[in-house]
Amino acid sequence: MAGRSMFQKIWDDHVVADLGDNFFLLHIDRHIMHDLGGPAAMLDVKQRGLRIRNPELTFATADHAISSAQGRLGTTETGIRLLNGLRAGALAAGVRMFDIGEPGHGIVHVIGPELGLTLPGVLLVCGDSHTCTQGAMGALAFGIGSTELVHVLATQTLVQPRPKTMRVRFQGAMGPGVTAKDLILHLIGTIGAAGGSGYAVEYAGSAIRRMGIEERLTVCNLSIELGAKMGMVAPDDTTFGYLKGRRFAPTGALWDRAVAHWRTLSSDDNAEFDREVEIDVDRVAPHVTWGTSPEQVLPIDGVIPDPGAMVETRKRTAAIAALSYMGLEPGKPIMGTPIDWVFIGSCTNSRISDLRSAAEIARGRRIATTVRAWVVPGSEAIKRQAEAEGLDRVFTEAGFEWREPGCSMCLAANGETIPAGQRSVSTSNRNFVGRQGPGARTHLASPAMAAAAAIAGHITDVRSLDVASWSVA
Amino acid sequence: MKPFRVLTATAAPLLRDNVDTDIIIRIEKLVGMTDHSGLGRWCFGALRYLPDGSENPEFVLNQTPYRGSEILLAGANFGCGSSREGAVWAMMQIGLKAVLAPSFGEIFYNNCFQNGVLPVVLVRSSIEEIVSELEPDSGRGLVTVDLERQRVLSPRGKEYSFEIPGLRREALLEGLDDIGLSLQREAVIAVHQMRDRKLRPWIYQTVEVQS
Repeated sequence: MAGRSMFQKIWDDHVVADLGDNFFLLHIDRHIMHDLGGPAAMLDVKQRGLRIRNPELTFATADHAISSAQGRLGTTETGIRLLNGLRAGALAAGVRMFDIGEPGHGIVHVIGPELGLTLPGVLLVCGDSHTCTQGAMGALAFGIGSTELVHVLATQTLVQPRPKTMRVRFQGAMGPGVTAKDLILHLIGTIGAAGGSGYAVEYAGSAIRRMGIEERLTVCNLSIELGAKMGMVAPDDTTFGYLKGRRFAPTGALWDRAVAHWRTLSSDDNAEFDREVEIDVDRVAPHVTWGTSPEQVLPIDGVIPDPGAMVETRKRTAAIAALSYMGLEPGKPIMGTPIDWVFIGSCTNSRISDLRSAAEIARGRRIATTVRAWVVPGSEAIKRQAEAEGLDRVFTEAGFEWREPGCSMCLAANGETIPAGQRSVSTSNRNFVGRQGPGARTHLASPAMAAAAAIAGHITDVRSLDVASWSVA
Repeated sequence: MKPFRVLTATAAPLLRDNVDTDIIIRIEKLVGMTDHSGLGRWCFGALRYLPDGSENPEFVLNQTPYRGSEILLAGANFGCGSSREGAVWAMMQIGLKAVLAPSFGEIFYNNCFQNGVLPVVLVRSSIEEIVSELEPDSGRGLVTVDLERQRVLSPRGKEYSFEIPGLRREALLEGLDDIGLSLQREAVIAVHQMRDRKLRPWIYQTVEVQS
């Protein structure tokens, strides 16, 4: 008999009822609400004459619509209304909210792991597609829509079809200047933006095992850009070490009991997956996107593709539209493309290790006079940690703007946008048409690549810089 | 939720792959939105309007007779990207009731069912065949999407079968939503939690550790 995958084990633990036809009623262990969806959902629950079934399993924070300017100046009237709506709704329902300015506040997918709310084996949902990020803790975590959100609040369950399973093994060691972001962008470029559609993806392999939690979070974050609603990494000593002592993690005898359970969650050796993919990590270079889908991605030393050379009509049509929107010429190297903006932040790459990696590039250098560059930490705790390490000064001395935590220019829901026609290198997750503002042109890359681009004033290979930590083999 | 049974209507081809939810509706149109009725104007905004705000004549839903189509013939990975249910609401506001595509963004796909919109998975070649029947008479031929029989009928009457999971199909046919049904399962939810509290007590102890 085939063993069970980690996905299957966690799924089975949460089945409240088998509804037939591959649909299941699942228990939700953790639910995090944000300012965009939370207030309306809580109102909807009330209007339907329902109540929040388990307020102790729901948590709230404001991230999408708040300004990232110092002092939160510039939060729109709507943003303030949403923030107040979330506060009032959470207070009335007995939901724990992490308000702006207090440790614990930040981007939903940053604070879940940071607070120890997102534990191995939990089933966690949030009204945001990048909830897959939190699968890095060894959890089943996925994004849901507004109606599903009301369903969760009212019943602490959700009706879901069971996805197929895929395992992606990242084997080998990352070269200097190569990051978790490059691995996942490379995977998306290899199997496509719908390659993971219908699958729960488990990331495994020697490169994943060697990664810290923050890098794993970056990998899992882009699962949805692979088309997969869920991505996850088996919990191990790295996970337990990260969680121990966090604010909401279990303690004492309960901790030991939890860890014993968590150790059983890894996929069995004889588990079978519906699809297996293997990536040779040694050959992966830093990556940057050139188009308007994350699958339109290149190694930094690559040339902008020529649609004329593409065999499939639909790929050609998509490439022509993307190049026109992006204002790029086929056949030219992507390196050297002049940029106007750099955004370092988002649930993909705003954690302390991301900021350290960008700061290492920025230290003692200056950004190009033609570039405006923002650093937006993922949470209040990260912001304070970075300031304690002096990273904020490294950034500001190099000409970057140091801002308050939130989603900011990743999705431009708070009014912070890249102007039309301007080009940004962004550490976020989506290069969609208009994502960072109507007409804005986005190139996705790692924090180190983004910092290097800010300094050069154009897209550049971070490996061309002299970086101290890389020479220590 | 309105039931969906059989729909015979104009179908518009929008065959590009990876039409994402940011294209379907920009996030700032949803921020603080309290009424769906204003969303139709912004649906497919990035494709539907030129930078000066005027209609893009090249965009299919700006062309006669596709304007007001109730069926969309789409490319792969339609609705990929964000979880925003506003993407479905915006499409409903311009009258779309069914989308036929080779694949869908998964969260978008789920959101359709919550709103009585039918997402149908058909292989690309079938969709292209239907489009090839539409184009010679400029889209005047009507397409039928029959959920009861799980069949799509092309303008010339060619049939294509599709499958919708039983649970979803019945809910659409009857116009039922999951919330009402799950509330009736309160007893099994309570039993599950009671058992789970013994197995995994740490899940339910969400009080902060005091240092």
